[in-house]
Amino acid sequence: MTKKLTLEKRQNLIGWAILLPATLLIFIFCFYPMLQAILLSFKRGNNASERWVGFQNYTRLFKDKVFLECLFNTVFYFVIQVPIMLVLALILAQLLNNPKLKGKGIFRTMIFLPCATSLVSYSMIFKSLFASNGFINTMLSWINIAPIDWFNKTWPARFVVIIALVWRWTGYNMVFYIAGLQNIENSIYEAATIDGCGAYKKFTKITIPLLKPTILLTAIMSTSGTLQLFDESVNLTAGGPGKATMTLAHYIYSTTFENTPNFNYAAAISVFILVCISILSFIQMKVGDKRD
Amino acid sequence: MKKILAVALIALMALTAVFANGAKESAPAEKTNTLTVWAWDPNFNIPALIEAEKIYQETHPDFKLNIVENPSKDIEVKFVTADQAGDYSTLPDIFLMQDNSYQKFIANYPGIFTTLDDSGINFADFAAGKSAMSTANGKHYGVPFDNGAVIMPIRTDIIAKAGLTVADFDGVTWSQFFENATKVKKATGIDMLTTSGGSEIVLMILQSAGASPYVNGKVNIENNAVLEEAIKIYARLIKEGLMTDYTDWDQYIASFNTGKAAGLIQGNWIISSITAAADQSGKWAVVPLPKLEGVAGATNFSNSGGASWAVSSACKNKELAFDFLKTTLGSNTALYDTLLVNNGVITTYLPAAKSSKYQDPVEFFGGQKVYSDIVSYANGVPTCDFGSYYNDIRSAITDAITNVVQKGADVKAEMKKAQEAVEFAIGG
Repeated sequence: MTKKLTLEKRQNLIGWAILLPATLLIFIFCFYPMLQAILLSFKRGNNASERWVGFQNYTRLFKDKVFLECLFNTVFYFVIQVPIMLVLALILAQLLNNPKLKGKGIFRTMIFLPCATSLVSYSMIFKSLFASNGFINTMLSWINIAPIDWFNKTWPARFVVIIALVWRWTGYNMVFYIAGLQNIENSIYEAATIDGCGAYKKFTKITIPLLKPTILLTAIMSTSGTLQLFDESVNLTAGGPGKATMTLAHYIYSTTFENTPNFNYAAAISVFILVCISILSFIQMKVGDKRD
Repeated sequence: MKKILAVALIALMALTAVFANGAKESAPAEKTNTLTVWAWDPNFNIPALIEAEKIYQETHPDFKLNIVENPSKDIEVKFVTADQAGDYSTLPDIFLMQDNSYQKFIANYPGIFTTLDDSGINFADFAAGKSAMSTANGKHYGVPFDNGAVIMPIRTDIIAKAGLTVADFDGVTWSQFFENATKVKKATGIDMLTTSGGSEIVLMILQSAGASPYVNGKVNIENNAVLEEAIKIYARLIKEGLMTDYTDWDQYIASFNTGKAAGLIQGNWIISSITAAADQSGKWAVVPLPKLEGVAGATNFSNSGGASWAVSSACKNKELAFDFLKTTLGSNTALYDTLLVNNGVITTYLPAAKSSKYQDPVEFFGGQKVYSDIVSYANGVPTCDFGSYYNDIRSAITDAITNVVQKGADVKAEMKKAQEAVEFAIGG
């Protein structure tokens, strides 16, 4: 009984003990609800009338025109916004990483600041900027362009959402890139300069390959973030006009809390999003990570 | 060793998770003198509670109300969450709920309510159409509060520039309205109407003819001739530049406060926003909504918004809650007089509406007896049944309107789509 634990075992036990509280909390508040949501998505009805229905909620997805429209919107945001944002963030990071640049701190802070604003308040600000008599339309009138009814037309409304997303999230990704860039040894660039390598070549042949793990990270985070987009859809456009800017996460909310409640169906949509994110992240990892 | 430990840990967590779900606290049933109430408008329904508290304290000095301000949407979300969790301990004793939400909550979450049939409140004293909204299967779930009768406030000074008077808009039909609104637009360049939220006006027109979108347990959108007419009116208002639809509520309020529009169609609760522009005193008049032509049962009256008080199932002292509601909001005409004068709350409590305060001319509306007029509009509102699917129907109609106005889609085809969308949404 009183057998002494070896040092290794003791350290392992201490390690586990330290991990335990956090792991426990994650399991109770993350994984357990996820499991319940998955179970919920295979059922129908509320409380007493609850019954198992197999994949019915999932087959319903593809007959649901609203779901398909929201899926289109979400994919559209993802396909257009994520690449624009990541490229912009990379360019900005490259510019701000220039050791000769003065006032770097101020520029970095300015570009990162949007991330520190609350999602709701920035949505409200964009709403008033793009209002029919808002600042953007006033500026357009200065250069003799007819005002655009941003939120009442399908494509302008989607455009506003994308602009807002780029504004809000570019700085966030830029910070990751700056951190990544600072980890690249300057001597590699010096060697390349000696070999007669131009700035563009340096960027594509040194910076991008060495930044790949960071790019991968930001790509996965942005993918998951965009597919779960909620605040902008609710606060900026209220999903409108019609359902033209409504995202899947917003649709989940309205099927549970606004319209006739259908928790099982909403759970099925969230599982669908989970599967999409997993698949996309898996592809990105396969494509992006070539480490042996 | 590591593996065993890992397995043990996971097993432990699974157990904890199971028990975390099973454990429930039972609160001791304690009689208190304090009631917690959730309401949302610090200028409208919260003052009503404060006044009611004062009145009840005259006879019950120990009584206290704990008033918590919560947006109406948040109140609904909190009740849904509590009901799904099966734990009502987070809920207040009394809460305010939008009339349009009652049927949905009664159908889907009956467990959150305490029915009010034993409360001693005489529901026959409230406007029938109003109390019907919070009544299901003969049981009362809400004490009616404010009146949602639709009004069409108009700027007398602006229409005068087109040589028109209030009589040209008072109790008119839609075709007369279009004729006069066009004159106003031509003479002044100002829109006759302003609105926010698209489908709202369409739903008001629908109700003005009592054309329910839900009849005998079936969705009635595709073949609803009144709805078709209402969508066409909305589209025409936008197309002919007689009305601007603002997506943003603040812009909408600003549009009539700053004279960008000569009028609006809205529930009478909008009056407090109109009178906020004190410089326009004497320049407004209130008339009812225009009427549809050639439609059986068409009227000049409709309803929009309004709320009722409910007692939650979590209420710790039901006798007190019943007695409080009965003696104040359920019967006290003096309370409603104060609320009318201070906050512009127009009651649906019929004895209160007979009070002399309702006969007082209102300076802001050029001496018009606005309150008694609104009460008379309210009495003429036809009932309109949305089943328990108000939000689903509204959402589908909004889509239809958007497609008709923005993309020039065919009205009939859009109505068919809306019918299918609602049937799909409520079909489980």
